[in-house]
Amino acid sequence: MSLPHGVERRDFGGEDRLATRGEPVYGEPTEDGWRLWDARRSKLGAMLEREMDVGLDGGDGVLYLGAASGTTVSHVADFAGPTYAVEFAAWPARDLLDAARDRDRLFPLLKDARKPETYAHVVESDLGAIVQDVATRGQARVAAENSRFLADDGRLVAAVKARSEDVTGDPGDVFDAVLDELGERYEVLETERLEPFHDDHLGVVARPRER
Amino acid sequence: MNERSSTGAAWFADIDPGDMGAATEAIRERTADAPLNWPSEAIDAEFADDEADYYAKLREATLESTHDAVREREKADDQQLKHSVRAMDDCDRTANELAERVAEWAGTLFEDAGTGVDGARDLAERDPAGPTERRVVSLAERVASLADESDDLREYVERQAGTVAPNLAAMAGPVLAARLIALAGGLDSLAKMPSGTVQVLGAEDALFAHLRGRASSPKHGVIYTHEYVRGTAPEHRGSASRALAGKLTIAARIDHYSGERKPEIDRELDERIETIRARGESE
Repeated sequence: MSLPHGVERRDFGGEDRLATRGEPVYGEPTEDGWRLWDARRSKLGAMLEREMDVGLDGGDGVLYLGAASGTTVSHVADFAGPTYAVEFAAWPARDLLDAARDRDRLFPLLKDARKPETYAHVVESDLGAIVQDVATRGQARVAAENSRFLADDGRLVAAVKARSEDVTGDPGDVFDAVLDELGERYEVLETERLEPFHDDHLGVVARPRER
Repeated sequence: MNERSSTGAAWFADIDPGDMGAATEAIRERTADAPLNWPSEAIDAEFADDEADYYAKLREATLESTHDAVREREKADDQQLKHSVRAMDDCDRTANELAERVAEWAGTLFEDAGTGVDGARDLAERDPAGPTERRVVSLAERVASLADESDDLREYVERQAGTVAPNLAAMAGPVLAARLIALAGGLDSLAKMPSGTVQVLGAEDALFAHLRGRASSPKHGVIYTHEYVRGTAPEHRGSASRALAGKLTIAARIDHYSGERKPEIDRELDERIETIRARGESE
């Protein structure tokens, strides 16, 4: 599988590690302008390490749901096109703002990913990808509600967190339920557990069904 | 027609390209059901010259708008801080009061019963013999858990104060910063106070006694707990607390209106206090 254009494996301390080109954000190691992208700190990074075909092309417009302090979305903005970063909590959004100030096309939005109508007047249509990493109940619903932003051949790239849906349930059962609900709006192309990088997370790549 | 109504919902619709204030507000306030190709809509509407210009404007507006939204959300946290610091003081006071009762009662039952919260903590660990001792030990357990709650609240206050009011918390220390915010009723009220009022916050009894002509004016309220007042020789404490209150007021205003950390005001205060204290030595 090939990595998205703009993501490369570079040598960091004798090991080939994922990296993107841009201003450092969170104290990550850099080599010749390339920033180490640590799969342990990033679920999308873990999906790339797991060699999932996320279908992201360099230059694609991206809607990133659950941007938190901007660790992953800063890497996405390094290789993607216009990147809209939605985060609901105020405290990580300060760091997200700092990451956005160093980038030309990373647009931070303090909005609730469960309410896409509160940012549909800003986020453009026909995006190449939605990257979703929201720690809230109803992750399938969030994905369905936001499908309005995707191009017909766009991709949903989601890290589903079992514990956000059901703290006590068996993660396998939780993932089945989420995939089931996701199937109403999306065709699931690939799934992969993200251990050992992230416990109880399922990486999902899907494309929207025809409306 | 459908498309037209959607275009009207765009963040840039009917907004002067030079009016970033209106644009940032539109990003926060407006809604739309469906997205459109906003870059090309904006070019058609002559809001932007080309795609690069559109994204540059979008960048400026989203950065500004999100910064404002974050600020507003953090400021709303001042009310939570107010409640938590009051609850902390209530827990503290109640624990101490109950500890006195426990000590008095336990003294009649146990030879070696200690006093205060520590004494109560000690008693709470004991194995009671008989129903009377069980009541005393149980009461001591309430004291211990109230004291624990107070510690947890203090930890929370110490963490939150720096987010709500970074400059004030750095200068006053997080707990005193929270107390000032609580006494004023919120960060916005504190920011609007003259520094003379901030200086005597928490000394309302003494202030009203003075206003009725029964006492001299108070030199300091709760800011007395600050090292810059308490650690200054008594004859200079008035000057020290006036200087401290002045800078605390400025810190609260920066926190309220901008939210950016400005370490230089700390240095100005350090220098001012040094001068005041040196005055004592040179005389």
